[in-house]
Amino acid sequence: MRPETETELAVVGAGPAGLCAAIEAARRGVRTTLVDENPRPGGQLFKQIHKFFGSHRHGAGVRGFRIGEELLAEIERSDVRVLLDTVVFGFHDDNTLGLYRGGTVLPLRARRTVLATGALEKPLTFRGWTLPGVMGAGAVQTMINLHGVLPGARVLMVGSGNVGLIVAYQLIQAGATVVAVVEALPAVSGWHVHAAKIRRLGVPVLLSHTVLEARGGDSVEQAVIAPIDGRCRIDGRGERRLDVDLVCIAVGLRPLSELAELARCRLGFVAPLGGFLPLHDETMKSSRPEVYVAGDLAGIEEASTAMEEGKLAGLSAARSLGKLSRREYARLAEEIMDNLAELRLGSFGEERRRCKDEILLRYRSLNAAEASAGGR
Amino acid sequence: MNRRIRRHPILEFDTGRARVHITVNGRQVEAFAGEPIAAAILAAGIRVFRRTARLDSPRGVYCAIGRCTDCVMTVDGTPSVRTCVTPVEDGMVVESQRV
Repeated sequence: MRPETETELAVVGAGPAGLCAAIEAARRGVRTTLVDENPRPGGQLFKQIHKFFGSHRHGAGVRGFRIGEELLAEIERSDVRVLLDTVVFGFHDDNTLGLYRGGTVLPLRARRTVLATGALEKPLTFRGWTLPGVMGAGAVQTMINLHGVLPGARVLMVGSGNVGLIVAYQLIQAGATVVAVVEALPAVSGWHVHAAKIRRLGVPVLLSHTVLEARGGDSVEQAVIAPIDGRCRIDGRGERRLDVDLVCIAVGLRPLSELAELARCRLGFVAPLGGFLPLHDETMKSSRPEVYVAGDLAGIEEASTAMEEGKLAGLSAARSLGKLSRREYARLAEEIMDNLAELRLGSFGEERRRCKDEILLRYRSLNAAEASAGGR
Repeated sequence: MNRRIRRHPILEFDTGRARVHITVNGRQVEAFAGEPIAAAILAAGIRVFRRTARLDSPRGVYCAIGRCTDCVMTVDGTPSVRTCVTPVEDGMVVESQRV
């Protein structure tokens, strides 16, 4: 077999999780190939211009794109083979990945694979939701922070999670007017510090409100919002029209689990982490022993947790290939697990930690069931 | 209408990028080489990228990461190109399609 069609470790997705997995594995002498469909590695890090939270060890106080630049420099210095503009479309039973690059299909046989395919924004359907000018908040963030293009002047933000609040602020930084943020729940979903930041700039955060309709001829000219009660019943008397040309949807993300499913990793539905995701153990191993998972694919969290999970997946793959001693692995893995536990503190972290524990339990019962059935 | 961000407290956008031109539905549009086609089109104030075949309903950019396919257009004769993940090249001819 030609050397370029085989590798010890394939990493799919060059966002924060995939970059860290590849760097960590290559550092232990694993022949690693990192594949990404985009022309540039970094995933969504380069559109994150806000400073990260957490402790200094996790890059707190550093803007996302700076962290991205550091990771790219490390990849550059490493022996990782990076295949950009390359789509992974298949995953065969003999651990051969199907790659599509420049109009050509290539096989890549990998002894181990780390899937770090990331996430996709969830849509929200309402009357007029297909009109140009209704965009995902992440899409808007891409346009303003990566490409310097502001797709609207007056904006309604739907959703007060961290993405909604941060992108609302970044829209203001880019020169737009954020007319309002609506939140279906009776409380702000994201960090209060982000909500306070936009409230100080005069943006109303309307709780127990939702968007009913986007109106306009060929693109958004108005949005209709209304209050809702605890059972999502609309109070038509409070209906209001807002003159906006952009409606941003920030109602959460879901793991991009299609490739994991294609690889026959067992999935589980974990609503607070975004939906269907590959079940995994504490070393990030999926139900398919050659496949590891990390980052948003393993449950929607943050870039900082994605990086730690990526490192862990890379190390676990390296360990399973015999590239580091049991003792060395245990020491490094414990350190990462401590970091993850630290990142999962606080009111938001606790729920994510609880979900991760639940995934572990389901993973174990899955294996127990399959062991007693006599198959893999 | 030009929707390029001129002033930003953190970011700078216009440093050292080559200015090129593309044609969008017959209209000359200025673009930066290498930026996604969709960014250049939105920057020019164009919001309708295509119309649906059956209901003639307009579509624009939704996800901007190549997943939703709302922004597909015909580029240099190739139909259904995802404009949000396809880089601009000088002289590209981009046209709306009905799909």
